[in-house]
Amino acid sequence: MNPKQNEPEATGSGAWKSLLDGYDSLRESISNKEFDVIVIHTPHWKTVVGHHLLGVESFQGLSVDPIFPNLFRYTYDLKIDVELSESIAEEAEARGLVTSIMRNPDFRVDYGTLTTCHLARPQWDTPLVVISSGRPYFYYNNDVGDREMLALGKATLAAIQKSGKKALVLASTSLSHRHFTDEPEDPEDPSFESIYNANQEAWDKRWLSLITKGKGEQLLAEMPDFIEQATSECKDGGMTWLLATLGVPNYPGVVHGYGSIIGTGNAIVEWTPGAER
Amino acid sequence: MSLNNVEGEVVGGFILQPMPQPLLTPKDNEGWQSLRDSYKSVQAEIVRLDPDLIIIYSAKWASIIGHQMLSDPNPKWDIVDQDFHALGTMRYDLKMDKDFAENWRDASKARGLTARCVNYHGFPIDTGTVVNLQLINPDNRYPASVCSCNVYADRGETIVLGKSALDAVKASGKRVVAVAITSLSSRMWTQWIDPKDDAIHSPKDDDWNRKLLDILAEGRLEDVSQLARTFSREANGDNRMKAIWWLAAVMGQNNEYEGTVFDYKPVWGTGAALVGLIPNPGKSADLEYDEDDVERYKGDRGVLSGKK
Repeated sequence: MNPKQNEPEATGSGAWKSLLDGYDSLRESISNKEFDVIVIHTPHWKTVVGHHLLGVESFQGLSVDPIFPNLFRYTYDLKIDVELSESIAEEAEARGLVTSIMRNPDFRVDYGTLTTCHLARPQWDTPLVVISSGRPYFYYNNDVGDREMLALGKATLAAIQKSGKKALVLASTSLSHRHFTDEPEDPEDPSFESIYNANQEAWDKRWLSLITKGKGEQLLAEMPDFIEQATSECKDGGMTWLLATLGVPNYPGVVHGYGSIIGTGNAIVEWTPGAER
Repeated sequence: MSLNNVEGEVVGGFILQPMPQPLLTPKDNEGWQSLRDSYKSVQAEIVRLDPDLIIIYSAKWASIIGHQMLSDPNPKWDIVDQDFHALGTMRYDLKMDKDFAENWRDASKARGLTARCVNYHGFPIDTGTVVNLQLINPDNRYPASVCSCNVYADRGETIVLGKSALDAVKASGKRVVAVAITSLSSRMWTQWIDPKDDAIHSPKDDDWNRKLLDILAEGRLEDVSQLARTFSREANGDNRMKAIWWLAAVMGQNNEYEGTVFDYKPVWGTGAALVGLIPNPGKSADLEYDEDDVERYKGDRGVLSGKK
């Protein structure tokens, strides 16, 4: 169903249905869980000078996707848990990271945050912490990037624990991330959609296999190669951050869905700490 | 050819830095203030050229589905920089040439490119475009037409995009100024610095920037275009210097220009330059180059299989 906040109308042709179904399954799974805050790392707020967090109590506005404006023009109204944002920034600084709190009320919230949060929790009834994507992978290399994101994940976990709050943590990220650079008349035409190439798909499937086997440490060990060989959006840091925030899960994740979007590989995955016991 | 049978032409080209500091906080650093002052000279040069239109390729507007041309005739909104949000909000109210954008799109498609116009209320125009239009065209004296930078495009596709822009310019019958919005070296400081301490990120980046500017001052734009890959590798060139490839193509792929380096300063570690190139036929000899000169883009589907 087309979200009322989004101006374009979905055609319903079905190219991305497996992922929509995956989100349905995710929402059902988390519907009986209690959480006070959603903490999200987004790849579409890109910052060079360290890691930034939204620091204004609420944001209202229109977010138009600069890449796919034909698909996403979304009116948003959301609240931020500024106290937790500041606490995460302090924990990160204590671990040697560069951070910044974004306090300009005119700032436009990015489409990665809005898309992922809407599909996971469309009620918009929970305050958010939004963390930008720093550039250490791009400025240095994948190993340096992973080290920073592990530190940021540990900082996030420490701040959540100190707050006494229950948090839903979301990494907004594709797996393989090579796009087609053209699109059909109907962007949702399923006949046009596939993973960009077999190499990308093979890596995605390996990744999903490690997730369902509970191989968190191995995911991290292979992360630099995955990023490089599958041109993965994990290069924006979200996946490593999520694994670290979860304490590097050695228990299986549930894959609610997997599919391609304009050539990229995307999965809906859920880890539930404590479920392994 | 236009309806009145006058072929349009590019009467001048400019390479302009994209960072917001010279617009928002010039007083924080002498170099930023110098750039702000030098923008007045760029503006005066554009007024002297008296164009009908300014066309822009912004390395800071990323696209994935081919290239996008801004066709909202009067985009109004505000933008806050992703990193430098504390410097303030940039409000814009711009004048775009919708017809030219559509013709540029069609000319691009005719050369095999994927291209589309974007005309959506609230579309986020990039920092580089907003900064530069406010500094070189503050009263919207001249309409503009802006194109994105495809993240996957390489030289061939970008050269074809430049040629399609020239096709559209010729057909329009207009006098056009072409602007490439790009840093030279693009390595930024990754920690917060006192603005007074700003410098080019490394001496190597600085050396390469100066080398490039020496060549541009001689008006040798095509030489710089041919050097772009090496420069990007050695000096962290901004988006592989696609903006230079585009500018060289739209200006006719030669070295026959009068070059002026209005300014060159560091902005948060990057090489920020303001350069003007005015056509001056016969100024320097044509040379032989290694890079392909592509006329038509053939896409990236079925590359390995040969199918299209």
